[in-house]
Amino acid sequence: MNTRNFTRRDLLKLAAAGVAIGTLPACATIGGRSGGKVVVVGGGWGGATAAKYLRLWSGGRIDVTLVEPNRSFVSCPISNLVLGGSKTIEELTTSYDGLRKHGVNVVHDTVTVIDADKKQVRLASGGALPFDRAVVSPGIEFMYERVKGMTLADAETIPHAWKAGAQTVLLRRQLDVIPDGGVVVISVPLAPYRCPPGPYERACQIAHYLKARKPKSKLIVLDANPDVTSKGPLFKSVWKQDYAGIIDYQSNMAVTEVDVKGKRFITNLGDTINGDVLNFIPQQRAANIARDSGLITANDRWCEVNWLTLESIKVPNVHVLGDATMSAPVMPKSGHMANQHGKAVAAAIVELMNGRTPSPPMMANTCYSFVDDKNAIHVASVHHWVPEKKTMEVVKGAGGVSGQDRSQWMLEGQYAWGWAQTVWADMLA
Amino acid sequence: MKTQRTVAVCAAAITALLWSAAPALAQIDANSARYIAANCANCHGTQGTAQGAMPSLAGRQKSDLASQIRAFRDGTRPATLMHQIAKGYSDVQIDAIAEHFARQPAAR
Repeated sequence: MNTRNFTRRDLLKLAAAGVAIGTLPACATIGGRSGGKVVVVGGGWGGATAAKYLRLWSGGRIDVTLVEPNRSFVSCPISNLVLGGSKTIEELTTSYDGLRKHGVNVVHDTVTVIDADKKQVRLASGGALPFDRAVVSPGIEFMYERVKGMTLADAETIPHAWKAGAQTVLLRRQLDVIPDGGVVVISVPLAPYRCPPGPYERACQIAHYLKARKPKSKLIVLDANPDVTSKGPLFKSVWKQDYAGIIDYQSNMAVTEVDVKGKRFITNLGDTINGDVLNFIPQQRAANIARDSGLITANDRWCEVNWLTLESIKVPNVHVLGDATMSAPVMPKSGHMANQHGKAVAAAIVELMNGRTPSPPMMANTCYSFVDDKNAIHVASVHHWVPEKKTMEVVKGAGGVSGQDRSQWMLEGQYAWGWAQTVWADMLA
Repeated sequence: MKTQRTVAVCAAAITALLWSAAPALAQIDANSARYIAANCANCHGTQGTAQGAMPSLAGRQKSDLASQIRAFRDGTRPATLMHQIAKGYSDVQIDAIAEHFARQPAAR
């Protein structure tokens, strides 16, 4: 394992040799004085976790301000169950008051730019917040420019429902009003995108609803990828066993044009697919605040970071988390993973602000997908720092997916809901 | 040498802190231990107190926690998922995780 084995004996040796362990101001933090200022941009899975753990692990000595435009947190994970009808959006909504109890200064505003030279973030309301380090967990922006015929404004008619909240409720309402015998079409973007198994879980949830309430209806899944990108054999076995005659899955079908008025998708092969409900999930990149602050370094889409600290490879003292990062090999863009990024950055900043070297990061991921209202399947992985490659890789031999034995999936469904409640509390309570 | 003296005082303070915080962690310092343990917190809670069907770890015997994680890892205890996660951690890390959660106040 790559855990830094730093013992008390090493520390005494260093001290005896007169090596400065921690800078003097950092030493002063042991006495209880302020340990520096961190501004966290974005209160999603990564940002909320970073804010809470910075307070916890600095013993309240790091001053943390979180800037988030939304008044409450709405979870993307589990939001497909709102479409299936077994959860409400209210059940996925949590207030930011728990973070305030940890001493996080939660500001509901929008950051216009992160100015690393002046070490401040500027706010849409006009003010500025100074920082020693900034943590940016900006989430994603949709690349509607990659499809003809549609812009973000048209998402009011053809929802993405890939950021939970009003969009989720809109798609649910559209499903509610289609007739029995209606057609729903989901367009899945080419990877990488947020939440790899998400589109396939969504297919299960919509099919579950149609099967129960409108059994003559159809769900067409147009996948730009050559195959199901996550838990493929499991999803395909569910579709065959539970949703035969409802789900029509088509791989290598990239939607290149959307006819908003005519309610139809046009694909790379020139096929035209009409639907009563169209769910277009666009390709994605790091959000605008990352672009406007010079943090996007890969393919005009993602932010590369040094995985030891999650600091931007380009902008010093600015750390980037979550889906916006240029993922390490086989590291999924998931909420669970963003939470683990939040802890890694909090641990690193606490050490850095005390003049110490952060220990190498270690991260675990678990993504549950509900295949109906009760049964769930998972994919899990463990990621560690590989010094010779200067990146994170999966620990060989660890990780995996659910077994095909469906008798376990009910239990996994109970764990999945327990996971959701626990991880929301881990971020926000 | 004022600087050196300050450094020595600081080092002593840090050392005292480590001694008091982690008397039994020979190979991973206390900050690294709480960080590695936080890998588990998504499912088992920030201080090891989980919600719903997820098992809590807080306040359980260190030896029991460590042996359960090893049983998952070695395949002697069946699981839906923990056998896959546990394989990602070394013996030293497993002991640090177990020690960390054993110290947390048990769930009510």
